[in-house]
Amino acid sequence: MSILKTPVPGASTLSGTSTLSGARLRRGTLALVAVGAIAVTGLLETFTPVSGWAGSVLMAAAVYLVGQTVISFLVEGRRHALDRLVTTAVYAAFALAMLPLGAVLFKVVQRGGGLINGTFLTHSLRNIGPTDTGGGVYHGIVGTLEQAALASLISIPLAMLTAIYLVEYGRGWFARLVTFFVDVMTGVPSIVAGLFIFTVWVLMLGLNRSGFAATLALTILMIPIVVRSTEEMLKLVPDSLREASYALGVPKWRTILKVVVPTAVPGIVTGIMLGVARVMGETAPLLLLNGFTSSINFDPFSGPQAALPLIVWDQAGRPNPQSITRAWGSALVLIVMVLLLNLGARALARLSRTR
Amino acid sequence: MAKSIDVSDLSIYYGKFCAVQGVSLTIEPRSVTAFIGPSGCGKSSVLRTLNRMHEVVPGAWSSGKVLLDGEDIYSPSVDPVNVRRAIGMVFQKPNPFPTMSIYDNVAAGLKLQGRRPRRELDEIVERSLRAANLWEEVKDRLERPGAGLSGGQQQRLCIARAIAVEPEVLLMDEPCSALDPISTLAIEDLIEQLKEHYTIVIVTHNMQQAARVSDRTGFFNLAGVGQPGRLIEIDNTQRIFSNPAEKATEDYISGRFG
Amino acid sequence: MSDEQPPIEEVLATLAPAPAPLSTGRSVRPGDRIFAVLSGGASLTLLLIIALIAAFLLYRSIPAVRADTTNFLTTSAWFPDSTPSTFGIAALAWGTLLSSLIALVLAVPVAVGTALFIAHFAPRRLAQPLAYLVDLLAAVPSVIYGLWGLFFLVPQMVGLQTWLADHLGWFPLFSVGSGSTFKQTMLNAGVVLAVMILPIISAVTREVFLQVPRDHVEAAQALGATRWEVIRLAVLPFGRPGIISASMLGLGRALGETVAIALVLSTNYVISWKILEPGGNTFAANIALQYGYAADLGTNALIASGLVLFVITLVVNIVARGVIARRREFAGAAG
Repeated sequence: MSILKTPVPGASTLSGTSTLSGARLRRGTLALVAVGAIAVTGLLETFTPVSGWAGSVLMAAAVYLVGQTVISFLVEGRRHALDRLVTTAVYAAFALAMLPLGAVLFKVVQRGGGLINGTFLTHSLRNIGPTDTGGGVYHGIVGTLEQAALASLISIPLAMLTAIYLVEYGRGWFARLVTFFVDVMTGVPSIVAGLFIFTVWVLMLGLNRSGFAATLALTILMIPIVVRSTEEMLKLVPDSLREASYALGVPKWRTILKVVVPTAVPGIVTGIMLGVARVMGETAPLLLLNGFTSSINFDPFSGPQAALPLIVWDQAGRPNPQSITRAWGSALVLIVMVLLLNLGARALARLSRTR
Repeated sequence: MAKSIDVSDLSIYYGKFCAVQGVSLTIEPRSVTAFIGPSGCGKSSVLRTLNRMHEVVPGAWSSGKVLLDGEDIYSPSVDPVNVRRAIGMVFQKPNPFPTMSIYDNVAAGLKLQGRRPRRELDEIVERSLRAANLWEEVKDRLERPGAGLSGGQQQRLCIARAIAVEPEVLLMDEPCSALDPISTLAIEDLIEQLKEHYTIVIVTHNMQQAARVSDRTGFFNLAGVGQPGRLIEIDNTQRIFSNPAEKATEDYISGRFG
Repeated sequence: MSDEQPPIEEVLATLAPAPAPLSTGRSVRPGDRIFAVLSGGASLTLLLIIALIAAFLLYRSIPAVRADTTNFLTTSAWFPDSTPSTFGIAALAWGTLLSSLIALVLAVPVAVGTALFIAHFAPRRLAQPLAYLVDLLAAVPSVIYGLWGLFFLVPQMVGLQTWLADHLGWFPLFSVGSGSTFKQTMLNAGVVLAVMILPIISAVTREVFLQVPRDHVEAAQALGATRWEVIRLAVLPFGRPGIISASMLGLGRALGETVAIALVLSTNYVISWKILEPGGNTFAANIALQYGYAADLGTNALIASGLVLFVITLVVNIVARGVIARRREFAGAAG
C-alpha cells in the first residue's frame, strides 16, 4: 500500500467560499423573454420581408433562443446557459419533427376530405375524363387490399419459418449468412425489387403485368420486416419455458409450435400488421409491374390491376385541378387504411402487454 | 473543505410510498460515518438524499431538512448541480466512463467547470490518483481506457474522479460489495487516509467493515414489511458494537436477524 | 405476455407424450427433421432471392453496358435508345448523392434532438406515446410525401429559397442563374427526403440512448453535471456509433427513394452544385420516369442503373450494420 504523501488538493483554498445556491432564472423571466421575442419579431417583420406564418414562428423561436441564452449566461453563468440552450433546442427539434406529420395529415384531410362519399368509395375511374369530376377509387382499394393480402400470404409463412430457424435452430455460418442477407434485404430499395420482378416476370418469362407481379415485389419488401420482428419476439420468450417443455419429454418441433410461438404471438401479429401497412403504401414497384387501368379488376392474376398509391401518383402528375383533387382524395383513403393498421398494431401490442 | 451535515426529520418517498421516515442525525467533519442495517431499510436512500441524487429516480421526493454547514441543500434557491459538486459520491458498482481514458475519467469533473491549462490538469489528476492509492499502478498507462482496469482499480479510479473536484463530503454506497477481499482492504485503507481531509459517509452491508473503518455508526431498521425504514440509533462505533442502547441494534449486531 | 395463456403446466401436460420405450431406433424424430428442413429451407429461399436479384440484374445489365458507346460511369447524358447509344450514370449518381446528403444534413440533427427529447427530456409518462408519433411519420406512404411536397411544401419553400439566393448567393451551393422559380429544386427534394428518413434515424438513435447504463448517467450526475453535461459525458459517447449507423440506415433509405423525388424534382441530366435551381436526377426517379418510354436497350440501361443503385445501398447498409455489430461487442466487453 502506498502512503498518502502529497497533500490532498485544495485543503486550504476552498472552504467557506463555495456556495450551493447559484442565481437561477425564474419562470416569469423566461415568459418575459418569450413575450419580448414575439415583440422583436413583430418589429423585425416591418423591416424585412419575412413571408408566411412559418417564417414568423421560426424567427420568433430564434430570437427567443438567443435572448434566453444571453440572459441565462449573464445571470446563471456559462454552464446553465448552455444547458438551457440545449434543452430548448431539443424541444424545438421534437416540435420540428412533428411539424411534417401534422402538416401532411392536415393537408390530406383538407384537400381530400371533401371528396369522400359513397360514390368515391364504391366506383372506379372508368370513363371519367381528366377534367370530369366524379368517379372513385374502388378499383384501387380492391387492388391494394388484394395485393397486400396476397403478399402477406406468401411472405408470412416464409418469414416466420426463417425467423424460427434463426432463433431455434440457427447456429454457425449458415445462420450468420441468413441474418446478413435479411439485413441486406431490408435495405433493398423498392424500385430495385420492382426492377428485379420486372426482369424475371416480364422480360425473361414474357408474362403480362398484373396485380400478382406487383405482389411478388411487395413480398420481397415485406419478408425482411416480418423476419426481423418475429425474430425479436421469439428471442423474448424465456428459455425456462422451452426447458420446462423439454423436461416433460415434448419434442422440439411441438415445443416451438405449441409453447414458443403462441407465447410470442401478439408481438408477431403486431410486426406483421406493421409490415402490411408498409407495403400497402409502396408505389415504385407498382409503377413497373401493375400495368395501367382505371377499371375494376378483381383478378390479380390476369390483366392490369389498379392500386391506391398508383392512383395518387397518376392523378398527381396530371395538370388539371380535378385530377389533383382526386389525388388528394385517394391519398386520404390510403393514409386512413395505413394509419388504421398502424394504430391497430400498436393497440394490440399494448393490450397484450397490460393483460 | 470537510463540512458537517445536519439532517433533521428527513422522510423519503417514492410516489406515495414512504420508504424512510423521520431521520435526524449529525455527521461530523473529518470523520467516517457508517450506515448499517438489513436490506431495504433505506440506508442507501438516506445516503442519496445527502447529495440530492435520489431525486433522479422518477417519482422520488423527500421532506425534512439537510444542512451542509448550516445551509439547507433543499432550499428552493439551491441548485442540485452545485450540491453534487460539493458532495461527491462513489457507487456500489465501479462506473468509470467506458469511452474515456484513465486520465480523462479523473479530469471529467474538472473539465465541466471550464478550461484549465493542461499543466494544472496534469497536476490535479496526479494528486487525485495518488490520493486514491492508484497512481503507482496506472501512471504508465494514463491514456488507456478506464474500463480496462480491475474491479478494485476501477473503484479507486472512481474515488479519484470524485475527489478531483475537491468536494466537501464523500458519500460511498457499498463501495466494496462488488470487490474481492484484497481490493476491499485497499479501499478500507484508503478511507482511513481520506478521512484526514474529508467528511465520509459510507453505507455497508458488512458489519466488520463498519467496525473497522468508521468513527460513528448509524443503524437503520424496518418496523415491518411495507413499513418505512427508520434510524434506530447512531453513536460512536465502539459503543454501537459493544453496548448499544437499543435491543434491535444488539440483535442485528449479534446476528440474531438480518 | 404469457399471462393470457392458460397456465403453462396445463399446456405442457397436454403435449407430453405417453410413456414410450427410450430407444426408438432413430436418433432424430421425423417431426423434428421435417420442421428443421422446412425452416432451414425458408432461410435458403431468402438467400436464393437475393442471389437471383443480383444475378438477373447483372445478366440484363451487361448487354446494355456493352452497347453503350460512351463511358457508362462518367457520362451524364441518357440516350440509350438513340443510335449510337450514349448513356451514363454520372448525373444520376451525382443527383442521388446530393439529394441524400442534403437530406442527411437536415435530418440528422433534428432526429438526434428528437431521440434525446424522448429518451431524456420528455416526461416519462409521455415518452412512449410521443415515440409512437415519431414512428407514425415512417408509416406515411412515400407517394403521399411526394404529393404533399409538390403541392404544399414547394410553394412554402419559395420564400426561404429566394432569401437564401439573395443573401447567400455568393456561396456556390446557393447561387442561381437568372429566373429560377425556386420550385422543383434539389433543395426541395432534399427536404422531402429528410422528412422521410427522420423517423428511422430517430428510432434507432433513441434505442441506443435508452440503453445507456444507469451507472454512467449517475456517475456524471454525482460529479455535479448539468443535464446537458450528463448527455455529453455519458449519453453521447455511448450513443455515437448508434448515431452513425442510424444515419447510414437513413442514407440507405434516401438513396433508394423513388416516387417522392420523381414528383418533387423536375429532372434533367446535368451535374450542378446549384441546389436552388430546378433540375438534377436520381437513379430511382430516373427508372420510374423513363421505363415507360424505354425500348429494349433503354430498359436494359435502366436495369444497369438499378444494379448500381443496389450495390451502393448494399455497401451503405453493410457498413451501417457493421458499426452496430461492433458497438454490441464493445458493450458486451465493457459489461
